[in-house]
Amino acid sequence: MFDISVDKKQESNVFNTQTHFEMIIVGAGPAGLNAALYAKRKGIDVAVFSLDVGGQLHNTSQVDNYLGIMDVLGGDLSKKFEAHCESLGVPIKTGHQVESIIRLRNGNFEITLDNEFKYTSVALIYTLGGAPRTLQVPGEDAYANKGVSYCTTCDAPFFKDQHVVVAGGGNSAAEAVIDLAAWAKKITVVHRSQWRADQIILDQFKNVPNLEIFLETQILEVLGETMMTGLRVLDKKTNTERIIKADGLFVEIGNIPKSQLVKELVDLNEQGEVIVNERQETSLEGLYAAGDVTTQIDKQIIISAAEGAKAALAATNYINHKK
Amino acid sequence: MEKLLNEEVSKQVTEYLAPMQKSVKMVLFTDGDECQTCKETKMLLTEVSALNEKISLDIKDIKDNEDLASQYGIEMFPSFVMLDEEGTYKGVKFNGIPAGHEINSFLSALMDMSGIDFGFDKAIGNRLDKLDRKVNIKVFITLSCPHCPGAVSNAHRLAMSHPMIESEMVEAQTFGELSQKYNVSGVPKIIIDDTHELVGNQPIEEYLKTLEALN
Repeated sequence: MFDISVDKKQESNVFNTQTHFEMIIVGAGPAGLNAALYAKRKGIDVAVFSLDVGGQLHNTSQVDNYLGIMDVLGGDLSKKFEAHCESLGVPIKTGHQVESIIRLRNGNFEITLDNEFKYTSVALIYTLGGAPRTLQVPGEDAYANKGVSYCTTCDAPFFKDQHVVVAGGGNSAAEAVIDLAAWAKKITVVHRSQWRADQIILDQFKNVPNLEIFLETQILEVLGETMMTGLRVLDKKTNTERIIKADGLFVEIGNIPKSQLVKELVDLNEQGEVIVNERQETSLEGLYAAGDVTTQIDKQIIISAAEGAKAALAATNYINHKK
Repeated sequence: MEKLLNEEVSKQVTEYLAPMQKSVKMVLFTDGDECQTCKETKMLLTEVSALNEKISLDIKDIKDNEDLASQYGIEMFPSFVMLDEEGTYKGVKFNGIPAGHEINSFLSALMDMSGIDFGFDKAIGNRLDKLDRKVNIKVFITLSCPHCPGAVSNAHRLAMSHPMIESEMVEAQTFGELSQKYNVSGVPKIIIDDTHELVGNQPIEEYLKTLEALN
């Protein structure tokens, strides 16, 4: 319960003395940190800006599909990534959110933090990832954090000995079931289609008592009074509606891209993802994107990290050509 | 009994706290060792204070110190306040043990209280100066929440920046009744002045907007 997890580190004082870098990376998840690593190794003067380090890794408990690193906690994998960057002296500015990104007349980029501090760069890599996707059904907003949760690791303790529903059919949903098994007395999975999760995670369900699974079932409404009390669902196979009484709902149906800071600068697809080519270039020269915020289909840690590396190499070429 | 901070964590904490500038005093109030997490909170604070000579710790049992507890508005146990070098209470309070991920807001508060610049722009000070009455900020957290320390640190920094603001971390599992009172089932949940709520690790701007809406 008390497992101490120290993330705090002395911040580089470069941010007090330097306001211009060759490369700025916005976001410090797998894509941003790997981009920083690759850029730094190329001798680029790079800095990372992010509210916190690790991004969506912190919403994941166990990670067991990153080659070479077996069975690690998401938070611990984040620390390994950060330590690797730190070993090369990459400055990482945390604790402040990037509020805006603009392109200056000279072609450089300027970011403004929530404390009004500004920094500029020749190239910028945007890796802000995603935020939890919502169900968009009646009652969801009203009972958000009154039973409806989007962070299993954060909120599972509130549902000790209670009945919770997990919405979703991917790896995140399956992992949420495993995490919640330590707390909830009953877990119900509701998913509108079939499982997409890895079989290796689904195999662990045999150790979860009181688990019921309703596939081909759609959530229509979150019900409640002061707090959430249940869900109205549609069984798509029989086309019948019914009520599932439950104390909590964990929504694990993927992410929406956090592309708002660049939406006026670059082309996005219909889902709001930043359109990138095979070199992670966006529609704006000098601005690159990587990770879950981009149009790449499979949102995976290792793929985000790889995209970060590609973006850093392409941005390095861009910077060197501008010299 | 085994320590809460192992050798590696102690080393990390020591390194992080090394630049502390001025002294910081923590005053911990417990109700003996029987109250939930009182014993562990006492251990944590004792172990951390031993890692930097600028940190001092005063442990008070509520039975003999009701007047002092009332001076700091202590209403639950364990609860501790941080005082600056002059012994001034600047509205920074932790209710429950700041262990797990929450160690990070605890360490930040020690650094900030010691006088390390936490980078608030003058414009933030100007906006806070418009506050014309006392405001209480409660940030409910769980120890397994990685997004919570940021929310707590922001609230504590606001308290350190303005005498009318008090900020409290509330560990939701230990203080279940209070959590229920505010319908907390997701964290971080921020209750401002008992009336306004924010959810998630909100940037300073969101706190400021809410504080301005109170006027």
